[in-house]
Amino acid sequence: MDLLRFITAGSVDDGKSTLIGRLLYDSKSILVDQFETLKKQSKNAVHSEIDLALLTDGLRAEREQGITIDVAYKYFSTPKRKFIIADAPGHIQYTRNMITGASNADCIVILVDARNGVVEQTKRHSIIASLLQIPHVIVAINKMDMVDYDKVVYDVIVEQYKALAKQLNLQDVYYIPMSALKGDNIITTSPEFPWYKGEPLLSYLENLEVTHGATDAPARFQVQYVIRPQSEDLHDYRGYAGRISNGSYAVDDVVRILPEGLTSSISAIEAAGKEVKEAYAGQSVILHLKDDIDISRGDAFVKEHELPKFEQEFDAFVCWMDAKELHEGAKYLLQKGSRRVKAVVKEIEYKLDVNTLEQHPSPQSAKLNDVVKVRIKTAEPLSYDAYTKLSSNGTAILIDQTSNMTSGALLLQ
Amino acid sequence: MNSRLDYLDQLEAEAIYILREVAGQFEKPALLFSGGKDSITLVHLALKAFRPGKFPFPLVHIDTGHNFQEALDFRDNLAKTLGEQLIVRKVEDTIKAKGLKEKTGKLASRNALQTFTLLDTIEEFEFDACIGGARRDEEKARAKERIFSIRDEFGGWEPKKQRPELWNIYNGKINKGENVRVFPISNWTELDVWNYIRREKISLPSIYFSHEREILEYEGQLIATSEFIRIDKGDVVSTKRVRYRTVGDMTCTAAVESSASTIDDIISEITATRISERGETRIDDRISEAAMEDRKVNGYF
Repeated sequence: MDLLRFITAGSVDDGKSTLIGRLLYDSKSILVDQFETLKKQSKNAVHSEIDLALLTDGLRAEREQGITIDVAYKYFSTPKRKFIIADAPGHIQYTRNMITGASNADCIVILVDARNGVVEQTKRHSIIASLLQIPHVIVAINKMDMVDYDKVVYDVIVEQYKALAKQLNLQDVYYIPMSALKGDNIITTSPEFPWYKGEPLLSYLENLEVTHGATDAPARFQVQYVIRPQSEDLHDYRGYAGRISNGSYAVDDVVRILPEGLTSSISAIEAAGKEVKEAYAGQSVILHLKDDIDISRGDAFVKEHELPKFEQEFDAFVCWMDAKELHEGAKYLLQKGSRRVKAVVKEIEYKLDVNTLEQHPSPQSAKLNDVVKVRIKTAEPLSYDAYTKLSSNGTAILIDQTSNMTSGALLLQ
Repeated sequence: MNSRLDYLDQLEAEAIYILREVAGQFEKPALLFSGGKDSITLVHLALKAFRPGKFPFPLVHIDTGHNFQEALDFRDNLAKTLGEQLIVRKVEDTIKAKGLKEKTGKLASRNALQTFTLLDTIEEFEFDACIGGARRDEEKARAKERIFSIRDEFGGWEPKKQRPELWNIYNGKINKGENVRVFPISNWTELDVWNYIRREKISLPSIYFSHEREILEYEGQLIATSEFIRIDKGDVVSTKRVRYRTVGDMTCTAAVESSASTIDDIISEITATRISERGETRIDDRISEAAMEDRKVNGYF
């Protein structure tokens, strides 16, 4: 059995939480006691039906305001797959929390209210999906019960979205008409849509092909922690612990260590406590080298014929996530995986309008939820790949040096 | 070619990655260890993350004094067998030192008082990170919490000020006095934990398996009789075959009737059950809709 992580997105009242509630409820993942609690709360809130959205709004403030503020993670399984859902807020104000949920997603389900069609938030979330290169997009055209399950309404929205998908270069887009409230096309195909020949949501999600770090990509490994027992019987033991993000490593592979630039070869590999000949993307391992080299946390092991970029100055897209504005010349800590270096934002090149995709050149600053292209200089050279080429080695965050806030999400170019 | 890792391998690799981030980022971390299945799983994951080296943190137990003896024995044995440091701090001592008022009543729980001892222990040892076995599927306030959860100098959690947590980059940078609670098995469900325990052949305290015990039936829950609860006239006390789904205090953890004596039996039972782990066994969550959130805001783990 494998794992699929997906995020639901869309505008505020498009029914994201209801959809998740419905998925959990119809896949029998809401248990009796949780259901009883929902029933009680629904009554308090003068709802005529059980309000499935209450299942995911776990914070007091969310229940009071009836909106989702932060990402909730929910879990369910079918015999085919384990699912992790990131239920993300729809309010523009909480876009940074939506990006938090989106950053690990294999798939995004974008809800569109059939009565409203493609709206500003649909565009915004699609642009984020495109920017983060979420591999699969499902456009869930919801509330079809409110428009009499009309095929014409569905067709118009699909056409609207196709134009947007083309503009954003979204690769894999699937369209499903549904009613989350009534449960139409969620778990099973609904008779309300005799004209729809595709799959309901759940079976589409169950069969979606996903890759978790391709093993035939360039080998990328970063040291998290050096294991040195220094006991008598393990006096010479020195293991470099970390997780392989891409590709594979085998005993005798020659590796170059960055940023130092030294070369050695792998003498042994341990995975989950056992010695193995080869390890691959996704595994947390311990690597050993033939030579005794001074290596520390944050160093990367790469192979000569597939070197990453190695630069001290580079471009990046930044999703700004801090209420404190970003200004040119400001200094931050940049964290890329387990490596932390000082960094300065030398220039804000342009601001990307996440509603129109227009580029507004040379803004003075970036505000909360802005997406800007910047030029960054780090205190030492950084090894990375362009996010568009090898996304798992092209991400970093900016940390505010006084508040320690995670202020920016970086997509390295 | 795709990765060949199945979902348990992926969850394991993610948890090990998180544990190593703790080791790499913090000066004085600790692993909160109660002798329950989730923290036992954490210890097993720590073995995979750091052996043949020693753990880069001690095991810390905040002992309410109302624990199951079987869990305490297991706790002591495991620490001894592994040769790892175990620090125990007692709620009893905090109550005396601070003159705290204990709850009274039928099932008087020390659950809330635990927070005081935890925060004192963090201060005493200057822990900057505490690893815990909480899972997001347990409770809906937990479902909102980040894997690296920043707490202020009062131990408080501010749900609206959570840092964004992007990709697999964990920002554990804090100021002195602040603390990070780290939850490496956030993305595991109860069933994932049991499947992992089965796969890895992890030993558990005997109370997880079916056994006979004297039980008080109270408001539909089965509470083990002990010196910590009050038996009133008219209470129904009988001996039943039970097991525990979670291990907490004897005063607020209910047993379930069960004849499941192996891990396979337990997994079949959990797969078939229609009642959640906390709903069935945690009396303290029933107090209010936001019981867990309120405790977390106040520094509860």
